[in-house]
Amino acid sequence: MTDNGPLWQRRLFLALLLAPALLWLLLLIVLPHVDLALVSFRERVAPREYVASVAQYTTFFTEPLYWNVFVRTAILSAIATGITLLVAFPVAWTIAKIAKGRQATLLFMVCLIPFWVSETVRTLGWMILLRESGVLPSLLVKLGLAAEPPELLYHDATILVGLVYTSLLFMVVPLVNSLESLDNALIEAAYDLGANGFAVLQRIVIPHAAPGITAGCIVVFMLTLGNYLTPNLLGGTSSQWFTEQIYNQFITRFNWEQGAAFGFLLLGLSTFMVWLGLKASGQRFADVMQRA
Amino acid sequence: MNTSAVTPTADLEVDAVQKTFGNHTAVDRLSFSVPHCSFFSILGPSGCGKTTLLRMIAGFIQPDAGDIRIGGRSMRGVAPNQRPVNMVFQQLALFPMMSVGENVAFGLARRGIGKAERTRKAHAMLERVGLTGSAAKRVDELSGGQRQRVAIARSMVLEPTLLLLDEPLGALDLKLREHMKIELKQLQAAFGTTFVYITHDQSEALVLSDHIGVMNHGRFEQLGTPQALYYEPATPFVAGFVGSNNRITGRIQALNGGLATLETADGWLIEARPQGNLTLGAAATAFVRPEAAVLARNAQSLPAALRPHTGCVESLLFDGANSAILVRETQSRVEFRIALPQTGQFSDLVTGEHIHFAFDPDRALCFADGVAS
Repeated sequence: MTDNGPLWQRRLFLALLLAPALLWLLLLIVLPHVDLALVSFRERVAPREYVASVAQYTTFFTEPLYWNVFVRTAILSAIATGITLLVAFPVAWTIAKIAKGRQATLLFMVCLIPFWVSETVRTLGWMILLRESGVLPSLLVKLGLAAEPPELLYHDATILVGLVYTSLLFMVVPLVNSLESLDNALIEAAYDLGANGFAVLQRIVIPHAAPGITAGCIVVFMLTLGNYLTPNLLGGTSSQWFTEQIYNQFITRFNWEQGAAFGFLLLGLSTFMVWLGLKASGQRFADVMQRA
Repeated sequence: MNTSAVTPTADLEVDAVQKTFGNHTAVDRLSFSVPHCSFFSILGPSGCGKTTLLRMIAGFIQPDAGDIRIGGRSMRGVAPNQRPVNMVFQQLALFPMMSVGENVAFGLARRGIGKAERTRKAHAMLERVGLTGSAAKRVDELSGGQRQRVAIARSMVLEPTLLLLDEPLGALDLKLREHMKIELKQLQAAFGTTFVYITHDQSEALVLSDHIGVMNHGRFEQLGTPQALYYEPATPFVAGFVGSNNRITGRIQALNGGLATLETADGWLIEARPQGNLTLGAAATAFVRPEAAVLARNAQSLPAALRPHTGCVESLLFDGANSAILVRETQSRVEFRIALPQTGQFSDLVTGEHIHFAFDPDRALCFADGVAS
């Protein structure tokens, strides 16, 4: 019994420490999800009268519009993730390997500063730049590159630009972390053994940074897939992002059952894509999350 | 250094190479050559420029002036991945993302050698360094000594003209370091490749090398065989850095025949062989090896021809065959290290005991102060 005393106390202490986090998880994540799951598996047959049903899910698979938007969102998110990786890698390499001390901190700050402004304001900033009467189209006219100001908003490319811009930091951080831990001697040793720049990148840098790359891609993909504001503002009505469908069901149509089902389908999609990404890169989830 | 008769060109020729960082001269117009098949060490304290020199030979740093020729070919403008040299890094820098076999085959793959051929060569090389059957292992499954061998195998499989080694034993514990010293020497003899080894550990350099360049402030203080450095150091720095030495400072009191008599500030007189030009009354430093001194319990037992000294045993430094005592000389209170004879005689000495000692002045060297370093 004398030994159990301190152990019991330690357990209580641990429970108290974890309580806020556990309560937060339970009340704001687990309970709403359980409730939404229940909502998604029922059908309204009469006012305030519901029966258990998979009708909401059947609607999704039989209605091509929903299905198309779903696939389109997944593909565009994957493209945005890929572009973000390509843009972020040189940035992260510069911060981790080339810049020294204060310079590296400064570069990191430059990446961080846009995030001091809210996402709405940043996206509106893009709109000011890109709309027909905006800065960039009038500049193109002035330079003689266009006869009249082109409409740069409401294209898929515009949505991608906005998504990459919003996601960049979430890719740069895990990449910087994983590249910083790469011993420069390994790069030198590879050169010394006759490797060229491409072989060093392919055989040394990428295998070393793989957990960081995967972590960044998972985070960026999830953020992009679940983004509502950027596709909606930059893509307008033609954006066709799946989050808009969910919003419509909940708010416009007041069809909570359908909205809940869509929400779960999106959750399933992101889980599946993460699993696919881990499988394809041969990474383990625990290793990757340590880097993120 | 003389170039060997068999190969007219030396494997490595360093010709007036200079490198400065800001206002710090890391390597100062250094010239030397290393003959084929030899083990050459660059010995010096940290910050002496030896790492800079090695990295210039490997091609990671470009010299400001001068030329480096490897196998007779100038390396000016040749990138590290094009040079016929390979390097064993300080922390070995084995690739953790690859197996042992892939590590060894890495350089072969970069040369475009086919998979079957490079696997065969990698296995043969691993066998040569005593790691048969380790090809499939991960790097972190190996012991420190085995990793060392993989690092050497990874370079040697490319058959370089020159193998550079950057203090590869530094990370190992003492016991393993002693073992790997012998192994390195045997590997060098077996491969017949020229090794250029940098270290701050004089014992490693003495044991391993055919020739050693003692480096200080970007220059070679002396270049010679281990025996020459030990018995005939050219400068006080070499005398103090290579092996242990008693250092006694004073003024030249007499110069007669081949010997100089040095008088310390407290009037202790010792005799030593002059190295370089000494002038009467000038400040000078004498170096006496601990093993050059003989001990006796009474003055009569000392060799009659030698000048007798007395002292008091200050501490006993027992270290098996390397045991020594620290004696405080009676007159000057100078601390003097004396190696104990291996016969076990004087093993019963106690701290505080009064002792007589003498040393052969031919085995002590005297340098004038204030010249070169």
